[in-house]
Amino acid sequence: MTDLPTTTEPAAIEPEPDTTGPAAEALLGTDTSRFRHDYLEVRGLRVTFGGFVAVRDVDLTVTQGDLRFLIGPNGAGKTTLIDAITGLVGATGSARFGGTELLGRGTHRIARDGVGRTFQTASVFEELTVLQNLDIAAGARRGPSTLLRRRRGTPEAVEQALELVGLGALRDTTAGVLAHGQKQWLEIGMLLVQDAHLMLLDEPVAGMTQAEREATGELLRRIGSQRVVVVVEHDMEFLRSYADSVTVMHQGRVLAEGTVAEVQNDPAVVEVYLGATHTDDEEA
Amino acid sequence: MTGMTDRLHTLLAPGRTRALAGFALAAVLLFAVAPVLLSPFRLSLLAKFLCLAMVAVGIGLAWGRGGLLTLGQGVYFGLGAYLMAMHLKLADAGPGGVPDFMSLYGTGEVPWWWEPMRSPAATVLLIVLVPAALAGLLGWAVFTRRVRGAYFAILSQALAAAFAILLIGQQQTTGGTNGLNGFRAFFGYDLTDPVNQRMLYLIAAGVLLLMVLVARQLMVSRFGELLVAVRDAEDRVRFLGYNPAAVKTVAYVVAAVMAAVGGALFVPIVGIISPADVGVVPSIGFLVGVAIGGRATLLGPVLGSIAVSWAQTSISEQFPSGWIYFQGALFIVVIAFLPGGLASLVRRRRRRDSAASPPAPELEERPA
Repeated sequence: MTDLPTTTEPAAIEPEPDTTGPAAEALLGTDTSRFRHDYLEVRGLRVTFGGFVAVRDVDLTVTQGDLRFLIGPNGAGKTTLIDAITGLVGATGSARFGGTELLGRGTHRIARDGVGRTFQTASVFEELTVLQNLDIAAGARRGPSTLLRRRRGTPEAVEQALELVGLGALRDTTAGVLAHGQKQWLEIGMLLVQDAHLMLLDEPVAGMTQAEREATGELLRRIGSQRVVVVVEHDMEFLRSYADSVTVMHQGRVLAEGTVAEVQNDPAVVEVYLGATHTDDEEA
Repeated sequence: MTGMTDRLHTLLAPGRTRALAGFALAAVLLFAVAPVLLSPFRLSLLAKFLCLAMVAVGIGLAWGRGGLLTLGQGVYFGLGAYLMAMHLKLADAGPGGVPDFMSLYGTGEVPWWWEPMRSPAATVLLIVLVPAALAGLLGWAVFTRRVRGAYFAILSQALAAAFAILLIGQQQTTGGTNGLNGFRAFFGYDLTDPVNQRMLYLIAAGVLLLMVLVARQLMVSRFGELLVAVRDAEDRVRFLGYNPAAVKTVAYVVAAVMAAVGGALFVPIVGIISPADVGVVPSIGFLVGVAIGGRATLLGPVLGSIAVSWAQTSISEQFPSGWIYFQGALFIVVIAFLPGGLASLVRRRRRRDSAASPPAPELEERPA
């Protein structure tokens, strides 16, 4: 794989002026040596369920520093694409991250290769505390002797993540009683301590208040400058505010790709979203 | 100095003091009070209950914390018990001797797979290794194929049924329906001597306490937290880079070994092991005490199991055929109205108490 992607360079994103504390810097920049080829490269990916083709020959390249949004009508195959990349459903073609082929490997192995995801419905460990959730997320490489001992103190990365996602005061709260938005942040925090350098987020701001959306957007922007982030989202306002680039899917295919402005003016996208006749009339 | 105070804090942390106090109390009751108060007959009964409670400790870990509905622990209990019984029969027969029932029903020759049990050391080793290996292989095969919930329960129950049927069918080598019985000595000690019977009780009490300690360490460790996470959201754990099958297999193996050790001690204490002690019905019986006591707690399974065994004995003494109805009713009532078991009553009360006074801040344990 010598042909490096030609899409957006990190220059596309401006350095964040707001509070990137030392904790955030330390956490977000963890272990860059492991992921020197930090980009996701999907080629000809296809997922079929019985006779139905849910994802049809998708090509997708996402680099670090390019906060990519994945949009499309219901049933476009966005979540299925993420499922395929994370090993939840079988797929043909290729999906590579950090020079490693992901397809055909076990879910937990893909996760160890630095690929993390969230789900449409926040799935945290409801009976465990915020701290325990993060500690487990940070521990996939622990050996038996560490596992069999009691947790003492808090790993540094967990401490930093608590600060970054703003759940420090709730560290000993049972995750089940957190507000919806806080659960989503906890999930993002878990991805960070898990050392996921490819983060696939499935509708992270669904059900959030406006203030929570803004906080999440800023958080994603900060994370996106250091890691490869793909966000599946329906909220167009959120998309316009925070997306660096957009991939539009429709009926299992990639319909369009580019900046927000490019995609918004793409007649094919307009047609899918607004209905053919209406737009044709307007443009005529 | 600060190291000292830190260590003191660690020792005095609320959870740990309570555990230490509870452990000391249990030790006093088991080692000092019970042998004085109970007649040799009752003490021997209690020893039997303690052996059954060992199975319960393992089930509490695997089912309560790991969500594995182990409906077939009779298999591992039986493996431990039969291995021990084989050794006792061979030891009774003397060096090179043949157990009595083999001359009676079989060829009068000791089969090759009995031979390792002539050695006491090998027997003790195999009592741990055989169940661990079987549970490890089976657990790995089942959990990596993502068999879970009711399917796992049915599978483990079918295994218990198959095991009992296998034992019944091999009368020449396993004693069939009669099982193995009539042991005279335990590692050279005469089993009819009351002093030795009391010793067996003390061994059972010590082993049970040790198992509770092991279970506690596993529950408070990171592994314990991970096990709960696997129980509640297995897929999420997988996406964090863990293999949940490995976590579950470890819990299953630990539960199997505990059941096997309980079975091995059951044999000299009760004096018989038969297919009726290892099949489907006793396997469900192991579960009842755990459910009633509170499966997800440390002591709930032990206390529940002992209480149910005790109730079974006393009710059977009064109404010989009444127990099975009582057991069924108890099970239904607990599952329907108190899914967390009796332990949830204690916890609810404790929460009400602590709501009145502000909760004590949890002391962070720092390395000294």
